[in-house]
Amino acid sequence: MTARTALRALRRNKLRSALTMLGVVIGVGAVIVMVSIGQGASEAVRAQIQSLGTNLLMVVPGATTSAGVRSGAGGVSTLTREDAKAIAVECSAVSDVAWMKRQIGQVIQGERNWSTSIQGVSPGYFSVRDWSVEAGAVFGPRDEETANRVALLGKTVVDNLFGHGEDPIGATIRIKDVPFRVIGVLQRKGQTTWGQDQDDTVVIPFSTAERRVLGSQILGMVDLVFVSAARPEDVLVAVEQIGSLLRQRHRIAAGADDDFTVRSLNEMAIAQESASRVMAMLLLCVASISLLVGGIGIMNILLVSVTERTREIGIRMAVGAKRQHILLQFLVEAVVLSGAGGVIGVVLGIAAASAISMLAGWPTLISGVAVVGALLFSATVGIFFGFWPARRAAGLDPIAALRYE
Amino acid sequence: MTAVAEPLIELRDVCRIYELGETRLAALQGVTLEIERGEFVAVMGASGSGKSTLLYVLGCLDTPTSGSYRLAGRDVAGLSSDERAAIRNREIGFVFQSFNLVPRTSALENVELPLVYGGVAPAEQRERARAALRSVGLVDRDGSAPSQLSGGQQQRVAIARALVNRPALLLADEPTGNLDTRTSLELLALLQKLNRQQGITVVLVTHEPDIASYAGRVVTFRDGRTLSDLRQTPAVAREEDAA
Repeated sequence: MTARTALRALRRNKLRSALTMLGVVIGVGAVIVMVSIGQGASEAVRAQIQSLGTNLLMVVPGATTSAGVRSGAGGVSTLTREDAKAIAVECSAVSDVAWMKRQIGQVIQGERNWSTSIQGVSPGYFSVRDWSVEAGAVFGPRDEETANRVALLGKTVVDNLFGHGEDPIGATIRIKDVPFRVIGVLQRKGQTTWGQDQDDTVVIPFSTAERRVLGSQILGMVDLVFVSAARPEDVLVAVEQIGSLLRQRHRIAAGADDDFTVRSLNEMAIAQESASRVMAMLLLCVASISLLVGGIGIMNILLVSVTERTREIGIRMAVGAKRQHILLQFLVEAVVLSGAGGVIGVVLGIAAASAISMLAGWPTLISGVAVVGALLFSATVGIFFGFWPARRAAGLDPIAALRYE
Repeated sequence: MTAVAEPLIELRDVCRIYELGETRLAALQGVTLEIERGEFVAVMGASGSGKSTLLYVLGCLDTPTSGSYRLAGRDVAGLSSDERAAIRNREIGFVFQSFNLVPRTSALENVELPLVYGGVAPAEQRERARAALRSVGLVDRDGSAPSQLSGGQQQRVAIARALVNRPALLLADEPTGNLDTRTSLELLALLQKLNRQQGITVVLVTHEPDIASYAGRVVTFRDGRTLSDLRQTPAVAREEDAA
């Protein structure tokens, strides 16, 4: 009954109702868009962490700081294949280990050539990095034992060495003038969080790299050890265990600088995820402010409306409206305005978020929680900002209201 | 109407004093008045004589500062604002000088207003509002907004609204004040007809003796007190005369 009265009152002044609603429409729409952009961004970061490999740790030779001469991580080769094998055997928090020798070198196929990262890896590398082939197959322990000249190509290398429609599998390429047979193409992994193209690589067996391509004097030296922790919560334990094991193996006295560094790849990604979460919160705050402004707009219009309709309120009271009828009418008007504004805002917000992800290519994620939250919030805004004008209307003296000019 | 029936309105020593800061304004100073069911009473007086305050007290829009007011045998002087709202809804219809229709709202919806607050079912609201509009001869204009109606038509809609809940008492505050002579006569004819045919008690406030002459009883006010209370043979306003 009172709802019908309120709806009639809103219909009587369509333009004003629409403009009042606009504040909430924009507010709710902004909240939806901001939240979906924020959540899309953190989802993208999560996906990136996944692409690095689950629970991945990296051990590089050389300390981040060493007394006297500062040599960057990886500057001195002190890490051996035996270290890597020992980590696999002795560290309980570690489930899998792989090692790598790498160098930048020229790769030639037919008329084309490309400078890329040549990586000699142990067979366990693909499972540690959670990386599989898109076509062909990975090499196995036999290729490692016999130092076979087989290679896997990253997508970027394929794009640069082969024309459109050419099948790289079975082709022969020359890596630093040594001929190799291509046996597989690795799946696209994209960039790391620090902007390195993970697909710009040629992967060959470790022993082949050591003996035939990268030609090091001392055998068994590695540039990089990949370790995967058994479970995500084991990452920190694994860092500890690896550290103490290597200090012991390298005979490093207590207090002396380590000649290796254990890095958790996830650290950076996690830092970026928390940064994107902060960003999402900021966006949400800004959007909430616009919703608040929309609510104040509703209150403002209702206050004007109460003054303007003083006489109408007096008439309603004269024909028998009780105070609660008047209070409810104005409250319902406020809630209908903000609620309808909320629904329209959600629809527009979802449309805008989809448009943004389509046009700008930003990842967006529309969450049900955000939609329901925005709707509830907008209805609350209506009740909150409608209450004062409604109480003012209900508190009018009928005689004064009837005489109001 | 039998002789033993109690009066519809019974005022005893009613005072209404407004306190405006330092000054006290006594709008009613001990008014005692009885009005029987079915009477047509004109309340006369200059402005400031207290006749409007009397109307507000009678209409339960205002409460007496002291004294007692019994409406249809019930003491209504000490009721809460919500209880008075319910009485206004069921027992009293108002007609104002400035019509007081809700703007941008159809005649039919204006007439439905008291039924809305009386908790009548929507279908019945429509039906009764139409019947009320028919009784004032405006059923064909039920969809018109007040701004599309003439003054006389607006006042008829107001009367239909006042009567739609079948109240015992119709209070009219200078109802012809904004109308020309011919339309005023039409309106008085309508009020006389409702009074005669449906037995509705009419209390009409006016400062024009011409208008008061159509009532069966004239109560004159001065300075918040009754100056005279005379019964008379009313002049007869016929709608066909006016037309």
